[in-house]
Amino acid sequence: MDRRTFFKSSLAGGAALAVGAASCPAQARGTNTLPPEALGLLFDSTLCVGCKACVAACKEVNGMPVENFTKDAYWDTPLDLSGKTLNVIKVYRDGDMAAKDREENGFAFIKKSCMHCVDPSCVSACPVSAMRKDAKTGIVTYDKDACIGCRYCVAACPFGVPRFTYDSATPQISKCQLCVHRHKDGKYAACAEVCPTGATLYGTVADIRKEIARRRALKPGEQTSFPRGKLGGKDQSYPGVAAKYIDHVYGETEFGGTQMMMLSGVSFQKLGYSNLPPNSDAASSETLQHTLYGGLIAPIVVLGALTFIAKRNVKPDNEEGGNHG
Amino acid sequence: MADYAHAPRPLGGSLVTPVTLLLGVLAAIAGVILLYRFIYGLGAVTNLSDGYPWGIWIAYDVVVGSALACGGYSMALLVYIFNKGEYHPLVRPALLASLFGYTLAGASVIFDLGRWWNVWHIFWPGYAQVNSVMFEVAVCISIYILVMWIEFSPAFLEKFGMRNAQRKLGKVLFFFIALGVLLPSMHQSSLGSLLVIFGQQIHPLWRSGWLLPVLYLTTAILLGFAVVVFEATLSSIGFRRPLETKVLAPLSKIMYGLLVVYLVIRVLDLVFRGALGAAFTASWEAFWFWVEMACFVAPLALMSSARARNSAAKLFIAALLLMLGGFMLRINGFLVGYMTGEGWHYFPSLPELMVTIGLIAFEILAYIVIVKKFPVLPAVQPATR
Repeated sequence: MDRRTFFKSSLAGGAALAVGAASCPAQARGTNTLPPEALGLLFDSTLCVGCKACVAACKEVNGMPVENFTKDAYWDTPLDLSGKTLNVIKVYRDGDMAAKDREENGFAFIKKSCMHCVDPSCVSACPVSAMRKDAKTGIVTYDKDACIGCRYCVAACPFGVPRFTYDSATPQISKCQLCVHRHKDGKYAACAEVCPTGATLYGTVADIRKEIARRRALKPGEQTSFPRGKLGGKDQSYPGVAAKYIDHVYGETEFGGTQMMMLSGVSFQKLGYSNLPPNSDAASSETLQHTLYGGLIAPIVVLGALTFIAKRNVKPDNEEGGNHG
Repeated sequence: MADYAHAPRPLGGSLVTPVTLLLGVLAAIAGVILLYRFIYGLGAVTNLSDGYPWGIWIAYDVVVGSALACGGYSMALLVYIFNKGEYHPLVRPALLASLFGYTLAGASVIFDLGRWWNVWHIFWPGYAQVNSVMFEVAVCISIYILVMWIEFSPAFLEKFGMRNAQRKLGKVLFFFIALGVLLPSMHQSSLGSLLVIFGQQIHPLWRSGWLLPVLYLTTAILLGFAVVVFEATLSSIGFRRPLETKVLAPLSKIMYGLLVVYLVIRVLDLVFRGALGAAFTASWEAFWFWVEMACFVAPLALMSSARARNSAAKLFIAALLLMLGGFMLRINGFLVGYMTGEGWHYFPSLPELMVTIGLIAFEILAYIVIVKKFPVLPAVQPATR
């Protein structure tokens, strides 16, 4: 290599590095924060009567098939989220189940559906952008036309929400998308719309937080009123008695927060929601990836070094083969 | 130059033997099961569930399979980067095994993808999601498979007498060799990083955070060397060639050092994360952890002295144990230590197992065909010293 080519190639290398550096994203990635007009759900376990109207409505508006788990198979009886069920009400029971919303000898209802995480693992895991988080509303959507069916989202979600239709030759992921397809008609999440007690409420996360703060400030047994359907929508409120809540709003801090938040009289662990740290796994995973591969700087530098070393050490293979003509 | 004496030559001989026939039948069975899977869906042949969305087709075929295919990578690293020319005769056979291992690991992903017809989305701007560890793994493995075919092409060019093309390729081969060292370093570590986003869903014994890529990369290199020892020994026995212990003994010294490094990192990580206690509980996770550790620690004893390293049998057993250890580390991380909630169980179904076995059979079959027809294994005749 003469001096001229050396300068030329180092110049090209320098330029490549500069381009790499310019496009290098911030390496450490903190847990994402709530989008400006975030929409979500409030589920108050103390108001839920376990009628499962939300489960039926969800199936209807999303065109999901029924699941029979009883012997006579008369009606839809999903036991858990699945490729056919996006929303389900489960029951916690203990002892003689004498009182509602009591941990010992009591029972309580709990909703399972997508939490619409502020910093979702599924979105970070998806290699083909089939899982997206809307920049404005924060709704986590799924696009089956983009999906390759790798199920990394199913494995990554700490809530076990995305499910897969294993029994189909053209399978897809199933998850709650907060009824985005109904928004254009001025409608909102069907589960909240049909809930007779307002246990599931739809609204902006800001309104949901206000409503949570209001309920937590009430004294147990105090007379109050509970809204139904959509917070800030048509007034469908009804009078009721304040419940005794545990001192924990699920989804406030878990995993960087979720856009579905929950109140309960029974600990969330008993209801099947695990303790999660305040930072998201997506942040850890992306920080690691960006540190190693941000702007492809490290790989390019290492490749340069390896090429230099290999050029010195590799003897052309053909000379060797040529000897045995 | 010692290299000339070891220049690779085709082995020749008949392709139809009891062994190749058996391998062919196993591969055909896998083919039939896969046909069924594509018509009736994953659920028709696998035991996958939403609690275990990934089974052995990912955990073994891809994660373990590609690590076991690191022979070419490890040898290239040793010969071309650390300039240990004395191991050169081991490069081509190792590269061939890697070529098949990786090509099949890559292809087998398609069997597991539910919506496989969209697979090109990974490489397509607008779909490609660069924050995903899976994206990095998929792109990196795909490029590496191409690079390996280029690295190996001298063997084909030589066979077909394309001297000119061979000479031209020879001049730029160093670049592809460098790429061939960089790319596995990236995706073998990323296969460990895949687990980072699972967070608390991974049992503490395997929840190593940012050390996951380090542990997976170290063991991938280690597995690469182990596979070279394993394959060289089996080739010698299977094709009735002299044992290559003279080259393998010093190689095992390098393996020994790397193994010590790995074990130190692995144990210190457990200690500092306060996870070691979990190893002393009465649980399946603890049991499989100890099996994994035993497979890594036993080779230490087997390769400790120069005399032991010169014993072909001890070396072979050490290599086998290391392969098993690397297998356990990955199966433990992806399946045994994967905890997604109560009530979920997974053990591969018979068809699932038969597909994996069929893939391995196909790989061995292809290896046998290629070494008999193409110049891969070092010639034996001139090496009478």
